[in-house]
Amino acid sequence: MTQTAAEREEPVGSPPQDLSGEQLRWMYRRMLLIREFENTAQIRFEAGEIAGFLHLSQGQEAVPVGTCAALREGDTITSTHRGHGDVIAKGCDVKRMFAELYGRTTGYCKGKGGSMHIADFSQGIIGANGIVSGGLPIALGAALSCQMRNTDHVTVCFFGDGATAEGGFHEALNLSTLWQVPLIFVCQNNLYGLSQPWEETAFQCDLPERARTYHMPAECVDGMDVITVYGAVARAVNRARRGEGPSFIEAKTYRFLGHYVGDPATYMDQEEREGWRKRDPIPRLGRQLREWGYLTDEEAAQIRAEVEEELQAGIEFAKSSPKPPAADALSDVYVHFDHHGEPR
Amino acid sequence: MPKMTMVDALNTALHQEMEQDDSVIVLGEDVAVDGGVFRVTEGLLDAFGEQRVIDTPLAEAGIVGTSIGMAIYGLRPVCEIQFSGFSYLAFHQLESHAARMRWRSRGAYTVPMVLRTPYSGGVRALEHHSESREAYWAHTPGLKMVIPSTPRNARALLISAIRDPDPVIFYEPKAVYRAFREEVPEEEETWPIGKAQVVREGEQLTMISYGAMMRPTLEAADKLAQEDGVEVEVIDVLTIAPLDHETFSESAKKTGRVLIVHEAPRSFGPGAEIVARLVENSFWYLEAPIRRVTGYDVVIPLFAYEKAYLPSADRILRAARETLETPA
Ligand SMILES: Cc1ncc(C[n+]2csc(CCOP(=O)(O)OP(=O)(O)O)c2C)c(N)n1
Ligand SMILES: [Mg+2]
Repeated sequence: MTQTAAEREEPVGSPPQDLSGEQLRWMYRRMLLIREFENTAQIRFEAGEIAGFLHLSQGQEAVPVGTCAALREGDTITSTHRGHGDVIAKGCDVKRMFAELYGRTTGYCKGKGGSMHIADFSQGIIGANGIVSGGLPIALGAALSCQMRNTDHVTVCFFGDGATAEGGFHEALNLSTLWQVPLIFVCQNNLYGLSQPWEETAFQCDLPERARTYHMPAECVDGMDVITVYGAVARAVNRARRGEGPSFIEAKTYRFLGHYVGDPATYMDQEEREGWRKRDPIPRLGRQLREWGYLTDEEAAQIRAEVEEELQAGIEFAKSSPKPPAADALSDVYVHFDHHGEPR
Repeated sequence: MPKMTMVDALNTALHQEMEQDDSVIVLGEDVAVDGGVFRVTEGLLDAFGEQRVIDTPLAEAGIVGTSIGMAIYGLRPVCEIQFSGFSYLAFHQLESHAARMRWRSRGAYTVPMVLRTPYSGGVRALEHHSESREAYWAHTPGLKMVIPSTPRNARALLISAIRDPDPVIFYEPKAVYRAFREEVPEEEETWPIGKAQVVREGEQLTMISYGAMMRPTLEAADKLAQEDGVEVEVIDVLTIAPLDHETFSESAKKTGRVLIVHEAPRSFGPGAEIVARLVENSFWYLEAPIRRVTGYDVVIPLFAYEKAYLPSADRILRAARETLETPA
């Protein structure tokens, strides 16, 4: 295998004590699955098979995967318009995700929600969200519920840098410490909110500093390093499970492509883009795993082949799934009761 | 006369108004450097500088609240909300403040601001990016609600909206943005807010519509002329609030039959109010029940089902024929 730029750029470091080879390989595989899911979705979108808006997250995979590696069953997440990676990391099946993108009945929302609203409550995935900042107070409520029902479950709230200018962000941060809920705010700072550089969204752009003013532990981590992300989230999750309240993590990352498929992204600097591409989290972990003896070239090739197979099967599943009948568009608005209290 | 798309025409209106009135300020998400997601504000930053063309962070309540404050104190802000589905984050500022300032201050303060925002389906986008919730704003006393349908009337109405002393919600039919070109005169043109337009004259049926639905409505009117030899009158509402019911009832008195078309959900939609006005003002002239062809009472669905949701020329045609066939 030839060395990629990323393999030259980043130091390997020593293997983490708190992660097994199996866990690390899981991270590698999940990141690859997300990357290739998005590459595939992009191709299918450009071929006109998928409609709507498609916000892709190539480059950001380490954040959701490092985060969700620190979660367990019963924990919940909320996500954003750029949510494919978040929900795959938490456990969504790419088959049903493609089906959702294709608008089929077998999709997570029976084809009604589309790319921006994938949800699976059974796995604690409270949903991607087409409204920027929409998920923040919802995550707060889910975390409060974890607390009120005396569970040791936690909630992770994913959001972008752009959301930090919305009122809902501040309300959620304030209430989270007021009520000391088991909530981990994970800001995926990819440096842009659509065309706007994040440094232009506030006078004070140090996000952990801002979070600390609400009195919660906060740190900024390298969002291109899945192990670092995992470590920070694991610490925050431990605090939350012990009843020590919310934490804030800013993961510095980058979206390799435009805001949505079709965005010419003229506002992104070419050199900046190339610089970040060299820090690609997937080859980086691949190299670490090989050096630490957790992954052979053959195993890496096998993982890739499995991922490709899974995605191919996903696309086939989606395309062969039934389209909902038009009348379906009229269902599930609310339950309409008759005079006897029976649903009509 | 140059031929323009609606995007060009709106862009021209903004250029012209900013040129001749220094107090006009444009603000919103991605409106300056990027020129707007739909490119309506393209070139304004270069022409007028960053003092007058402002890229804001994501902060809809802040954008609208700021516009209210600027409008009260001497400026004429034209803010953009990227898609109408995001305006709900600013609902409170519109409903509780923009709409009430004149009334609450007994006319001492007015809020001469415009909120521009794309609405409508037809572009195969997801829910918040495709919906039509004009009824919210039309239902709010104090807000004016305008929806153009062609490049030319969009240019004229946007200029009128900017000059209007009251807050105007200006819905731009994104399905029309680049759908066709129309001649738009170079020289300034306005269209009074609160005035509908008869765009086709006829004797047998009145069809009332607005925004993106004007196209299928006019298509149905053409078909009725060609296939049935029926001449229908078509009215473009243009201003949803305040509603120009005189124009509707004048026409209804002539034709005796009325059909209303909109893509907003049916219940409590603008069509319901138009029906009520017609019943109040021209009941004795009506020869058949007034019909509505509308969206359904659901969130606008994705993909292929968007077509089933949106009133089509065929659906309009069927309803028009039923209305025409009803015995008097
Ligand atoms: C309330 C609201 N305003 C505007 C938009 C349009 N929009 C969608 S994503 C986006 C940028 C969001 O930036 P950020 O939060 O940093 O997330 P990223 O896109 O970078 O993942 C904008 C302006 C929206 N979906 N919701
Ligand atoms: Mg961002």
